[in-house]
Amino acid sequence: MANALGLDVKPVTEYAPEEVERVRNWINSADYKEKNFARQALVINPAHACQPLGAQLVAHGFEGTLPFVHGSQGCASYYRSTLNRHFREPAPAVSDAMTEDGAVFGGQANLHEGLENAYALYKPKMMAVFTSCMPEVIGDDLTAFINNARQKGCIPADFPTPYANTPSFNGTHIHGYDAMLLSILQTLTEGKKIEGRCTGKLNLIAGCDFNTGDYREYKRILDAFGIAHTLLADISETFDAPCDGNYQVYAGGTKLEDTADSINGKATITLGPYATPKTFAWIRENFAGEHASMPMPIGIEKTDALLLKLAELFGKTVPAPLKAERGRAVDAMTDAQQYMHGKKFAVYGDPDYLLGYVSFLLEMGARPYHILCSRGTKKVEKELRGLLDASSYGKGCTIYMNKDLWHLRSLLMTDPVDAIIGDTHGKFAARDAGIPLFRFGFPVFDRVNKHRYPLIGYQGVINMVTEICNKFIDIRDETCEDRFFEMMR
Amino acid sequence: MSEIKKIPGISKESTQALIDEVLDAYPAKARKKRAPHLGANDPATGKSCVQSNKKTVPGVMSARGCAYAGAKGVVWGPIRDMVHVSHGPVGCGWYSWGTRRNLMSGINGVTQFGMQFTSDFQEKDIVYGGDKKLKVLLQEAHELFPLAKGISVLSECPVGLIGDDINSVAKQSAKELDIPIIPCNCEGFRGVSQSLGHHISNDTIRDYIIETREFAEPQSPYDIALIGDYNIGGDVWSAKALLEEIGLNVKSVWTGDGEIEKIAATHQVKLNLIHCYRSMNYMCKVMEEKYGIPWLEFNFFGPTKIRESLRAIGQRFDATIQEKVEQVIAKYEPVMQAIIDEYKPRLDGKKVMLLVGGLRPRHTIGAYEDLGMECVGSGYEFAHSDDYDRTAPEMPEATVVYDDPSEYEFEKFAHALKPDLIGSGIKEKYVFQKMGIPFRQMHSWDYSGPYHGYQGFEVFARDVDMAVNSPTWKLVKAPF
Repeated sequence: MANALGLDVKPVTEYAPEEVERVRNWINSADYKEKNFARQALVINPAHACQPLGAQLVAHGFEGTLPFVHGSQGCASYYRSTLNRHFREPAPAVSDAMTEDGAVFGGQANLHEGLENAYALYKPKMMAVFTSCMPEVIGDDLTAFINNARQKGCIPADFPTPYANTPSFNGTHIHGYDAMLLSILQTLTEGKKIEGRCTGKLNLIAGCDFNTGDYREYKRILDAFGIAHTLLADISETFDAPCDGNYQVYAGGTKLEDTADSINGKATITLGPYATPKTFAWIRENFAGEHASMPMPIGIEKTDALLLKLAELFGKTVPAPLKAERGRAVDAMTDAQQYMHGKKFAVYGDPDYLLGYVSFLLEMGARPYHILCSRGTKKVEKELRGLLDASSYGKGCTIYMNKDLWHLRSLLMTDPVDAIIGDTHGKFAARDAGIPLFRFGFPVFDRVNKHRYPLIGYQGVINMVTEICNKFIDIRDETCEDRFFEMMR
Repeated sequence: MSEIKKIPGISKESTQALIDEVLDAYPAKARKKRAPHLGANDPATGKSCVQSNKKTVPGVMSARGCAYAGAKGVVWGPIRDMVHVSHGPVGCGWYSWGTRRNLMSGINGVTQFGMQFTSDFQEKDIVYGGDKKLKVLLQEAHELFPLAKGISVLSECPVGLIGDDINSVAKQSAKELDIPIIPCNCEGFRGVSQSLGHHISNDTIRDYIIETREFAEPQSPYDIALIGDYNIGGDVWSAKALLEEIGLNVKSVWTGDGEIEKIAATHQVKLNLIHCYRSMNYMCKVMEEKYGIPWLEFNFFGPTKIRESLRAIGQRFDATIQEKVEQVIAKYEPVMQAIIDEYKPRLDGKKVMLLVGGLRPRHTIGAYEDLGMECVGSGYEFAHSDDYDRTAPEMPEATVVYDDPSEYEFEKFAHALKPDLIGSGIKEKYVFQKMGIPFRQMHSWDYSGPYHGYQGFEVFARDVDMAVNSPTWKLVKAPF
């Protein structure tokens, strides 16, 4: 007997079909749900990624910026391919390819060599350094390493090299977004604050948002208001670059100069409060002008709130075209409300998106019946609870904090709903439950162009209403008896 | 020795000049490191013209992954009836969840586990260690997925750095739960690429799996195993059907749509047929040494290579099989000719450049050539010198060979060689498409497939044609 486990050599077995059938039914049962929810250690199908992914996203939002992963090379390949698949766009980023000897000697040699090579080959205007697990576990000192790199001449002494610790064993991609953004703003605005200067501009932070359409929509709204603005971490050109025969390593991003001057802004708003808590706290202390942290403007009320805030901050009235747009969005909602009213939804995603979905569903008279947050705080839960309590459609809806998509599956099978709002990862649960999945979140690997359709603002409302209601109508057309198949719906 | 192919305009001198120009952009130290990894092919020698399997140069934008990717994504992940636990923080398992396209039969969550299982390490697990958590989660996995026939524990970077002992946890839990639990020390920082992950995984199959099962049915002289086919887009289903058509019994598949118990009984087969040499040669050699099972490399891309391979396979068996081989070749030849007649006129003389993992940069060349295309550059992410030796005769003389190229190099080569098609991965796809160069993902078959076997060639030919000849490319340049 040769095997190392010390197990007996047994014949190859097949399960009896009845046994397979029994288990197939069992995993849909209340008994299974109870066992599933009793899990202490095993996480199955989580709806969140790790910090460095968010760090890379935000780095792509700045002009000429090369994301730089300090850690194993495989990490960089994973972040890049995830962004490639979602946006169907390039996601150029380098790593310093730490290996076993890094565990012994630390990662300084790799970092220095990496900075020198990346600077020479890809001619960035800024390199945003963030960490994956290995340097975090062994305790690399990025501050010292990067200072030494400047002294050694691996990068010019004045070359902007923000850096962030983004350990994957803490938080999710939204926390990496926050950490990297904070460092980029600190680096670029250092020494740029001028007493008495005001750019007159609004600085807007979209939060950890993977929808390029949203960024374009923010700019359109601000242009409609006539508010000069700096959209910080603007990924809209980077991840929605034209196909014109020329590949640009750096296809877009917020100008470094504008970012530097953002510290002298008239006002700064973050629309991703849960993805920017540290950044916003620092901005409040350091940026000139007024500061506001507002929910991601998904749904009418949250969009109204943003427009009112803009009007207030800049002493303007909401421009007529935007008012008309609101009317059109509400028109779309009232015209279509009958297709969503009372429908039950399961929703999951990052806190900022999640609050938006819930708010929108309640406005439509739909029920956000199972609300699942893969990683979230008591504060998120309280805010979600507040939304549910304020609407009669929130009655009987439940919030599940720190649960995964295998928990969600149990919920769908034991207490069914009509549809799911989430991302591509929910497609297996949706198929098992026989209900549609609306891919509004991140990532979307299996549909095209979703990231080009905004979810925020009044236009976002129209997009969501259109997609959801037409799907329900499609289902009716596809499943109804012939005698009920008719011209109009 | 097959005839040496030539491409007008490509000479040893022109390729070397191109390499020198590309290397010029590097700082001195990096240039010195990269230079031996770029070369002009010399088919006459049948030897590699580049160095390989060395550390990636920091900061250059390599396409490589890590040992964990090689273990989870390539070798272990496709085994359908096991729970594969990504042990460590949440990311690695999340990024590799469903992104390789190794398709699986069975019922998801019941008899098939193409899902994401992780211990989702938090700060406290790093500080206090994750062994206790691992023990609990193994129990939970067994309870929630009672039909899973085993569990693999795939270590991510922190596990090896904090000194956890997953091997002893696995051993103890395997006894308690009475199922195989395989600890795989495939931390991403080990080695220089995915390749070490393949090797480590092969070693764990050797240590924990092989010879723990026996096939219930009587043995036959035609029992074989299909090794190194991962069922990308259904490749296994096409290859297996073809092998069965020539009269062989495919007793187990490593590891696409694979079943652990059948893999465990592979020591009983008469011949191992290996497609991806890079990722699975280790176990073929072990089985040869230990059980006297011979192994044979084969190539199921394109009718020319399929024909050669089927005949070589036939040679390992008696006249019954050899006759069937000829019947099968005769049966499919007209079908293949019809495909070639349809597509070759549109693809003849078109140039392709390749950069894939460890096999396809050489194995797919024949399929492109069946369609009249020629390969003007090829290279691997993680191949070793034996792979490059095998590549030399497949590629035309003096064409550029690149090992673990940076994106900068690949882009420059493409710019100079002006291929009509590039076959590589997702990270490269959109770079070249922005440049207006048609592209197909050659890891994932670009969400298509299968490409293996006769069935696969029809899909391959259609896909190559639609990439190269899509009218959308004509719109790239604006008229203003």
